[in-house]
Amino acid sequence: MTKKILIVDDEPNIVISLEFLMKKEGFEVAVAVDGEEALAKVDSFRPDLVLLDVMMPKKSGFEVCEALRADPEKAGLLVVMLTAKGRETEVAKGLAIGADAYVTKPFSTKDLVVKVKGMLGTA
Amino acid sequence: MVLSGWFIALLSVAYLGLLFAVARFGDARADAGKSIISANVYALSLAVYCTSWTFYGSVGRATSGGLSFLTIYLGPTLMLLFVGVIIKMIRISKAQRITSIADFIASRYGKSQLLAGMVTIIAVIGVVPYIALQLKAMAASVDVLLEHSGRSGVWLGLDSTFLIAVILALFSILFGTRHLDATERHEGMVAAVAFESVVKLIAFMAVGLFVTYGMFGGLGDLFQRAAATADLGRLLQLDSSRAGTWTALIVLSGLAIVFLPRQFQIVVVENVDESHVKRAVWLFPLYLLLINIFVLPLALGGLLHFDGQGMNSDTFVLTLPLARGAESLALLAFIGGLSAATGMVIVETIALSTMVCNDLVMPWLLRSAWLQARHHQDLSGVLIGIRRVAIALIVLLGYIYFRAAGEAYALVGIGLISFAAVAQFAPAMFGGMYWKQGTRAGAVAGLSAGFVVWLYTLLLPSFAKSGWISSGFVEQGLFGIPWLKAQVLFGLGGMDEISHCLWWSMLANIGCYILVSLSSRPDAVEASQAERFVDVFRFDRRSAEARLWRGKASLGALVRLLERFLGAGRAQQQLALYARSRGVGDWHQLPVDAEFVHFAEAELAGAIGSASARVMVASVAEEEDLGLDEVLDILDEATQVRAYSRELETKQQALEAATSELREANERLREVDRMKDDFISTVTHELRTPLTSIRALSEMLHEDPRIDLTNRRRFLGIIVNETERLTRLINQILDMAKLESGQAEWTTGDVDIGAIARETMGSLEQLFCEKGVALEGDIPPTGPVVLADSDRLTQVLINLLSNAVKFVPAQTGRVHVRVGVDGNMVRVEVSDNGPGLTAEECDLIFEKFRQGGNTLTDKPQGTGLGLPISRQIIEYFGGKLWVESHPGEGANFIFTVPLPASEE
Repeated sequence: MTKKILIVDDEPNIVISLEFLMKKEGFEVAVAVDGEEALAKVDSFRPDLVLLDVMMPKKSGFEVCEALRADPEKAGLLVVMLTAKGRETEVAKGLAIGADAYVTKPFSTKDLVVKVKGMLGTA
Repeated sequence: MVLSGWFIALLSVAYLGLLFAVARFGDARADAGKSIISANVYALSLAVYCTSWTFYGSVGRATSGGLSFLTIYLGPTLMLLFVGVIIKMIRISKAQRITSIADFIASRYGKSQLLAGMVTIIAVIGVVPYIALQLKAMAASVDVLLEHSGRSGVWLGLDSTFLIAVILALFSILFGTRHLDATERHEGMVAAVAFESVVKLIAFMAVGLFVTYGMFGGLGDLFQRAAATADLGRLLQLDSSRAGTWTALIVLSGLAIVFLPRQFQIVVVENVDESHVKRAVWLFPLYLLLINIFVLPLALGGLLHFDGQGMNSDTFVLTLPLARGAESLALLAFIGGLSAATGMVIVETIALSTMVCNDLVMPWLLRSAWLQARHHQDLSGVLIGIRRVAIALIVLLGYIYFRAAGEAYALVGIGLISFAAVAQFAPAMFGGMYWKQGTRAGAVAGLSAGFVVWLYTLLLPSFAKSGWISSGFVEQGLFGIPWLKAQVLFGLGGMDEISHCLWWSMLANIGCYILVSLSSRPDAVEASQAERFVDVFRFDRRSAEARLWRGKASLGALVRLLERFLGAGRAQQQLALYARSRGVGDWHQLPVDAEFVHFAEAELAGAIGSASARVMVASVAEEEDLGLDEVLDILDEATQVRAYSRELETKQQALEAATSELREANERLREVDRMKDDFISTVTHELRTPLTSIRALSEMLHEDPRIDLTNRRRFLGIIVNETERLTRLINQILDMAKLESGQAEWTTGDVDIGAIARETMGSLEQLFCEKGVALEGDIPPTGPVVLADSDRLTQVLINLLSNAVKFVPAQTGRVHVRVGVDGNMVRVEVSDNGPGLTAEECDLIFEKFRQGGNTLTDKPQGTGLGLPISRQIIEYFGGKLWVESHPGEGANFIFTVPLPASEE
């Protein structure tokens, strides 16, 4: 079965590149451009993994992640945080609130694909 | 109503019985540890100041002196404002177990029996006539009531005044000598005095209301009628030629409120809580105000009503109600006057008897063979006996003086003469509290000089006026020397007798006190007492007391001494209390050290005065004489330690201040550091975002040659755009950094802002056309010229215009540029019809990396540095850049640049 990935970022160009990358790897992809839309899409699209930007309007990635982890029904959902702020504290905070992985921008496309596939068990 | 002598006597006795019940209640509550002496009771008890001389006499004074009667009340009000002085007096008295004003002065100057005796004699001479005055007032009031019913004031061959005197003496004895220890307060007496204060206030106000509103048509009517009469109109005016008299009376009465023996008793000795003084500061003056409101109306009413009948104005309070047949009201007024007289006599005789007993009789008794013979007898009963006899004698003296003086001037004027006598205590008192150099010799000299001058200029002339002695010394001067005329001393004329006496007696008193003090050396006891008095708030009792006494004493001898003068029961009680305070279970185990000796002496001082106590303790202990130098050394050391600890305290404070300053500086640095950190973090974010797209897309293009052409084009286009964005960002960050560090280069010259605006609009025309946005200008043909950098101004305008075009809607968008002059500033506005900004956003958008349009779904293009940079530029030229906007109403960006000064 095709795994589903939800891409959440407010930078249109980053969305374009991630969408293209994940589709090419054979995943089913949906896109959200802010935190609130992300939560709505998680319910409607039911993804297996979320690529989640931290700095976004309306709701930050941290807030979205917290909301997801507060819902026991979504326990199996994998969350990969993406951030352009590379500080140690940000990484620690992301992992502390329940993100499964943390990727710093700019990232290597190859590494990202390997990490996502590894997490979804499709490698 | 029958105003018979018996009825009046019964009523008086019944009233005194009621007072006694109040006092018993107060005493019982005090014994049970539930004192009824509250701040209010304390403040009311101070009104013992208002005697029958004021109750009846104020009205009399007002009939001749107009408003001058008020000075007697202004002085105390002013004196009470010096709360600190009174509290210090109370603190010293508690620490030293002071029993009277004589004891206070004697204790300060080395526990001197001589000084205690002098003060006592001056007080008795000054105050006995004052007691006579009370008797006279009582006699006069009884006469008025009896005359009204046509009866005589003599029963069983005794006149009513004598009976009154006997009853007052009995009452004073019952009230005041239940306890021996005078510092143990007479709470029952204080309660009764406070009760009397209320009664006399009610009585006086009732008569005032009756006369003002019952007999006349209110205050307005009274004053109008009085003003219409030439004689009475004068009473309503302030006489400026009497300003000197007013000042003297205010000073005298201000001193009297503390230094009259009965006032010192109530204000200081009977005080249970220093904080009560703070209540008295306003409550007592309020009381005085109330009791004085109707003085002038009563005086005017009496003069108007009894016009020409020669009625004694001192009894208007009684005769006015009687004239209208209001006998019950007259009786109430009589009870009020009785209250005023009894209160005064009771407290005054108790205070004086304590002084006479401790400071006149005891010193003599302690030396007498009679006492030596009864070495082990309990003397507390003897002490009480002495005081009772003293009370009876003082009242008797008052009665004799009253009989002898009658209507003579020496009685009528005695109130103020008494005030002037006790005012002589002031230099020694105040000097003793605030001036360590004041010595016993100085105090003796000052008091003697002041007293002699008082005697010569005030008391003896009053005897002369009464015809008791020849008036030669008043009229021709002593031995016929004109310089020595008693009331024009050294040719100082033109003053009234009170001011004259006050001036000369104070000059002599203060002068002698200071000069003799400065030229004499204190002995050891004096020096240490000076320290204890002046530094009462910081004197470290435990440590200093221990070093200020050296010698040997036996516990048995000291305890026997206490038992002799306090009585066995009370001595045991105090010993047990003291032992507990030192953490010793049984007082028999107490160590006989300096502290214990000090305790014993203080207890004795409470009973027999500090001077006698000192003599008694010295008689049973083998004391080592500390020389003056040694005492001064100990005190000096204490002072040095204090100075040193003060210095330490100051240093500590300085250190704390420095620490907190450092902490603040550190806090500021940390804040700057945090801001820098935030800035770097934000810049990193802004740089990494375009880099992310560039890296991801180019990696994909690089690794996968099969990507179709459309996507290839699209991706390469994005890469180019993001590279441009990156370049722009880096340029702006560098620009910002230069502006902020002041390293930016400026080419300043004359700039035509209008021309700049037109050029900028022209260069951006293409951008506006593409989005279909209308760009309009409202610019004068030759624009205002300012001193600025034209490239920088262009940069600001480009920023504002490109912001505007970014936020207005396509096709319907409109942007308007306006250039004008506002005062001495050029004003440029760029307004749009975009979504507008909230008040919060209006500030926010000028911060670095805080872009507007956060609510838009598509992220605005830009770096978030344009506006902060523009603001820096405009501020560099001395102008301002801000935005005026409301959500939904478009935004209006405005900047100003100052015109050169020559343009104005």
